[in-house]
Amino acid sequence: MSLPLTIETKEHEGVVTVILVGDVGYTEATKFREALRLANDKKTARLVVDLTKVDYMNTPGLATLVEALQNTKRRNAKLVLFGLTPKVRAIFDIAQLHRVFTIAADEATAQTI
Amino acid sequence: MSEQQQHPKTTQPHIQLQMMSDPMLLSGAREMVLWVARRTGFTELDCSQIALAVDEALCNVFRHGYDRKTDGTIWMKIWPRPTEGTTPGSLKIVIEDEAKQIDPELIKSRDLDDIRPGGLGVHIMKEVMDSVQFEKRGPAGMRLTMEKAIKAITAIESTGGEKMNEGDA
Repeated sequence: MSLPLTIETKEHEGVVTVILVGDVGYTEATKFREALRLANDKKTARLVVDLTKVDYMNTPGLATLVEALQNTKRRNAKLVLFGLTPKVRAIFDIAQLHRVFTIAADEATAQTI
Repeated sequence: MSEQQQHPKTTQPHIQLQMMSDPMLLSGAREMVLWVARRTGFTELDCSQIALAVDEALCNVFRHGYDRKTDGTIWMKIWPRPTEGTTPGSLKIVIEDEAKQIDPELIKSRDLDDIRPGGLGVHIMKEVMDSVQFEKRGPAGMRLTMEKAIKAITAIESTGGEKMNEGDA
């Protein structure tokens, strides 16, 4: 069942982590973009996105992540994704975005990779 | 008996949905497709990707066809066909609108090496469905027809040669 998206952001030792719970569809992408913009504004060297609880993401969600990647690169910071479920990972593979994002297996790796 | 009476399932849509071009309605439409795909017998990953293809198609109608106007009309028709004997099940989905028309030849995905936000919807539709066809619809709008069949045989056991479905592995 499609779940409404909730987003939590935490900051610890110079790393901002954006935690998503729910589906990222067209309407949710706006909320996601705003959360990533605010996280990027904190200007930490590393921005981590936790996708463990995301079962669905469409191209507006992917576009939001690409935008965040460009924003972090622009200021020499790193964007790392982790916890991709098989369904979400498949979308990254189809779009060949697994080649451009740093994708970690778990949160601990995402903090250091 | 008329042809329609003999083969009603192949002529009339099993499901026909009329909806406004409102993004708020997208999740409901894709959930419906997801459940129809499940009942047709697709794997869970295929179901999710079929729903994604429909979601991308509806997003494109809203964004590019109706220029983000939420009062346009979209019709979605679905023909599910569960597996019968050796004939694998399949799903045919037709999405129609009354939005502006575009030459189907011009509907393309961006180059995947050109990393930028957007432009991936058509690529995803073509990757996850077996066939994707855009055409102008008379008297107005566009028609998108997408079809996908269940991958029937993915492995043959070396001992005895028993055929296995993907979900059996």
